Amino acid sequence: MFEKVLTKNIKIPESRNIDFYLKHGGYKSFQKVLKEMEPDTVIQEVRDSNLRGRGGAGFPAGVKWGFVPKNNDKPHYLLCNADESEPGTFKDRLLMTGDPHLVLEGIMIASYATRSGKAYIYIRGEFVEEACILDEAIAEAYQKGFLGKNIQGSGYDLDMYVHRGAGAYICGEETGLIESLEGKRGWPRIKPPFPAVAGAWQSPTIVNNVETLACVPSIIEKGAAWFKAIGPEKSPGPKLYCLSGHVKNPGVYELPMGLNLKDLIYEYGGGMLNGNKLKAVIPGGSSVPVLTADEIDVAMDFDSLAGIGSMLGSAGAIVMDDSTCMVDALLNLIHFYRHESCGQCTPCREGTNWAERILRKIEHGEATLKDIDLLEEVGAHINFRTICPLGDAAAMPIASFLQKFRKEFEAHVEQGKCPLNSNL
Amino acid sequence: MEVKFSEAALKEYDAIVKKYPERRGALLPVLHLAQREFGWISRDAMRYISELLDIPLTNVLDTASFYTMFKLQPAGKYHIQLCSTLSCALRGSRQIYEHVSQKYGIGDGEVTPDGKFSLLKVECLGSCGTAPVVQINDDYYEDMTIEKLDKVLDGLK
Ligand SMILES: Cc1cc2nc3c(=O)[nH]c(=O)nc-3n(C[C@H](O)[C@H](O)[C@H](O)COP(=O)(O)O)c2cc1C
Ligand code: SF4
Ligand code: FES
Repeated sequence: MFEKVLTKNIKIPESRNIDFYLKHGGYKSFQKVLKEMEPDTVIQEVRDSNLRGRGGAGFPAGVKWGFVPKNNDKPHYLLCNADESEPGTFKDRLLMTGDPHLVLEGIMIASYATRSGKAYIYIRGEFVEEACILDEAIAEAYQKGFLGKNIQGSGYDLDMYVHRGAGAYICGEETGLIESLEGKRGWPRIKPPFPAVAGAWQSPTIVNNVETLACVPSIIEKGAAWFKAIGPEKSPGPKLYCLSGHVKNPGVYELPMGLNLKDLIYEYGGGMLNGNKLKAVIPGGSSVPVLTADEIDVAMDFDSLAGIGSMLGSAGAIVMDDSTCMVDALLNLIHFYRHESCGQCTPCREGTNWAERILRKIEHGEATLKDIDLLEEVGAHINFRTICPLGDAAAMPIASFLQKFRKEFEAHVEQGKCPLNSNL
Repeated sequence: MEVKFSEAALKEYDAIVKKYPERRGALLPVLHLAQREFGWISRDAMRYISELLDIPLTNVLDTASFYTMFKLQPAGKYHIQLCSTLSCALRGSRQIYEHVSQKYGIGDGEVTPDGKFSLLKVECLGSCGTAPVVQINDDYYEDMTIEKLDKVLDGLK
């Protein structure tokens, strides 16, 4: 039986309170690293646990922390990515509101391991209440001596702040986030240099997702081997799955990594809304290739989903039933990417703009079959020609929707209208 | 109207700038603060911020114009932001948009003549499990239906 690790307290109202957190063993892991572990030992433990980033890319957290240069005299920064802006994703909000000190403790341990003296939680601007909750939790942590100077007599100093974004998906991308933290437009930077070497204010900077960081206290407490034993060894741990769209019980479900997508929808999600038939699922947030109803017997972990040509991404499964027009659904997504493109790279800026226009034509029955080919071409031209992965994120749905649902696109052309009269 | 922070806002401002190693880092929080103080961010407000932070006005303009949450024009007293991204769309956000638009006779990005309501379609609000989602000023309203939203809207003074 799987015991919840990340969300065990979220339904308890007092869980926001530091006294509750302390009473239930909170901040023990942070105290343990301060007393007993060198920063590099912490990094090694996290590396051994195979904890992979929950923000989308699945990069091993311990490996990333190891990239921070040793023996330099610049300040280091730890940035917690709470931008939560990938459509279909709404898990970090739950952690921040339901168990904020768990998130804080993860940040503290990561900061210690990367020898960072300042940590910022970059939270999307719309999350006003969530930002207040974090501010209060931080104030409590200062009061109890878990933040500030010479923490718990260890000689380690750490300050932590909440930094609110202001409405821009691209600030979830780690270098866009850094620019935004610096008070600029969220324009992603060309890499290298990687943030671990030259990030915020050109100093070594580690960016990690909220959920990634929330895994850290339990790894320190129970050990890497315990963590690795949950789910597939190469992509292990407890995982928050987000389920939205045409299911009976949308929501966030904490289960081991590698949960079968079919079970997520039918067992945990209660099956399809109104008894309709499943048509498609985007398994990992809007930026990953779509799956057909025949493809959902798959384990939700980084490697298994990659194995069938999709991605785990942020594990935000968007479920669509057979009343959904796939052209209109794609149009909705491409509109999103066009709107959120920061405009720096021509292929992304122009490509998303073109793609949206062509899709609108197709959806309204004003296109020819040639336009479908053109759409495919436009998508292919964005791929791998941009500064950041937003361009690819737009190109991937285009390619996969066309590959798997081309007939629907053609039907729009042939009938001169949307066969389903969709209006998303 | 003179554009100037109140005493309380100036105190907050002092606390904000201490959090960042460079002054420009404080720009987003200071813009948020300005928006709270003045309701929106006018050119005069930008000038004021640029003087306070001692950074060029172009920097303030450049940043403020990038982010959708910064209002460079006055919005309604109640700023209704309707999520229109996929998970909400699958759950009927379009119908909600059309309803609100008709109810107040305003389209996307418009304000009612009395300045009470403004309407804006926004992208994913990070709450797709409780779609459709509407944000009015700072507050989220989730699992919305036309009926539920009407009740909320009609209750706004
Ligand atoms: C366009 C775009 C948007 C992103 N949005 C988010 C986000 O909202 N939250 C997040 O944690 N990571 C997001 N990421 C991933 C980050 O760039 C980065 O990989 C992640 O924060 C690293 O943390 P992790 O290793 O713990 O996953 C986004 C990436 C891209 C390209
Ligand atoms: S790919 Fe798009 S979002 Fe990313 S930097 Fe280029 S223009 Fe901006
Ligand atoms: S799609 Fe509306 S909150 Fe995510």
